[in-house]
Amino acid sequence: MAQEVHGMVEKRGAGLWLTHVFMILGVLIIFFPIWLAFVASTVTQPEIVRPPMPLWPGDQMWENYSKALFSGVNVPVATMLVNSLVMAIGIAVGKIVISLLSAFAIVYFRFPGRNLFFWMIFLTLMLPVEVRIVPTYEVVAGFGMLNSYGGLIFPLIASATATFLFRQFFLTIPDELAEAARVDGASPMRFFWDIVVPMSRTNVAALFVILFIYGWNQYLWPLLITTDPEMNTIVMGIKQMFPSGDDVAEWPVIMATSILAMIPPVIVVVSMQRLFIRGLVDSEK
Amino acid sequence: MQKRVTFRGWWLPALLIAPQVLVSAVFFFYPAGQAIWQSLFIPDPFGLSSQFVGLGNFEFLLSDRFYRASFGTTAVFSILVTLCSMIPALFLAVIADRLIKGSGVYRTMLIWPYAVAPAIAGVLWLFMFNTRVGVVSWYLGNLGYDWNHVLNGGEAMGLVVVASAWGRISYNFLFFFAALQAVPRSVLEAAAIDGARFWKRFWTIVLPLLSPTTFFLLVVNVVYSFFETFGVIHTITSGGPQQSTTVLVYKVFSDGFVGQDLGSSSAQSVILLFVVGMLTIIQFKFVEKRVHY
Repeated sequence: MAQEVHGMVEKRGAGLWLTHVFMILGVLIIFFPIWLAFVASTVTQPEIVRPPMPLWPGDQMWENYSKALFSGVNVPVATMLVNSLVMAIGIAVGKIVISLLSAFAIVYFRFPGRNLFFWMIFLTLMLPVEVRIVPTYEVVAGFGMLNSYGGLIFPLIASATATFLFRQFFLTIPDELAEAARVDGASPMRFFWDIVVPMSRTNVAALFVILFIYGWNQYLWPLLITTDPEMNTIVMGIKQMFPSGDDVAEWPVIMATSILAMIPPVIVVVSMQRLFIRGLVDSEK
Repeated sequence: MQKRVTFRGWWLPALLIAPQVLVSAVFFFYPAGQAIWQSLFIPDPFGLSSQFVGLGNFEFLLSDRFYRASFGTTAVFSILVTLCSMIPALFLAVIADRLIKGSGVYRTMLIWPYAVAPAIAGVLWLFMFNTRVGVVSWYLGNLGYDWNHVLNGGEAMGLVVVASAWGRISYNFLFFFAALQAVPRSVLEAAAIDGARFWKRFWTIVLPLLSPTTFFLLVVNVVYSFFETFGVIHTITSGGPQQSTTVLVYKVFSDGFVGQDLGSSSAQSVILLFVVGMLTIIQFKFVEKRVHY
């Protein structure tokens, strides 16, 4: 009986096939831009500039990718990949570390100005970097941090989403644990390292996935502060590979670069899917 | 909510919050304050001194034809991006939800575009619709439609909308799918026994139960299309043709960095600040209350 009712709601013979057909069609349409980019990164320039280009991969994959990675257009793509990696990991680790510390302070201490501090960081939730770009640029320039990893990383750490997340989580840690630690004479930092940090492992991992992608995919900020091609990140550097004026773009190399630019975040998202979805739901709700 | 058990002392917590306070003060509060301060001045052409103009920059902006046009552009753009990313996502989620087996595989495939940066998405779509080499524009040409987003503002808008919505379909799909999985099966089964067909069940039971998720996604997608689509617009159209794709954030950038008009750019930042503030308040007010009809 249960089986029959189940069937009534979920699927019905031909309907099931139709459902799969719709689903596959949807996936194909959504995938098409990525597939086309991949094909373009495996064929020669003449095959692309005389449309229509082929829809099946060619045999130039090795040539195009090694050309992109080791010579690129302005700067080898390998350099840009390293810059993106440093920036993404720097933002993720930096934000997680400062948020763990400050959330611990807010939740486990009563100190003067605690509420003021709380509202202060609440404000930072509201203002994305896009809104304050000009003055932030001036600050970073004033510190001489243009074209540096510090300049790429710090302004993007200055938001309190992660602090809020950790605060919510710390509030769910049973009071008995802190009580026991206090009775045993453990110092607050001891409690932090031995109890709080290990318990936050999953949250930290989920947040890392989200922040890594956030950092990797930044565009406007690196565009403003990295004038030296050696410091370009791959996501912003790809636009610099298009020639100005009427020259024809080197499409196979550009498309190989765009595939290279999406590989790290895609690996992170697909391989850590569970954590990723958890992080997404946590950080937005 | 507060902890009953806390630790004593004030210098340790002060030390613990110091990094965040420092980073926020230097890279957030000071620049945000500067934006508000600068919005009250007009710098002279040499940048040597500036003159206090009060709300002059705002008055000028709000009477500026181009700025008002940019508001309209942003409204159209964000409504279209929100619709184009939510409707296909809901459709795919409803279908995936009907499958007992295999929905995990489809989900993995559909997550991909989320990981693709907006700027890269811009490059991919530009490549497909490129006026010289684009595959899609070539086939459109064969069908007798002359695609040219470099000259045609409407086509340029269409292209940046689709390129911006594309990656968001994954995001919205995940939320809709999770919400659909949470709809109690017993209710659906009861309706099915009473003879309600699939679409009837969808309109009368499923969609109302999805309203909190839908509303949450509406706000989040509008915020996304306001602030995170800069990369798409910069790579595909650079705001053109004739400013037809210059959204507010793009204008802050082009006036502030390309045009070097700091006063106006700061005033625009302050206006955007209000817009974000409003959206955040709406989000908190309604999402917390959980919309239910």
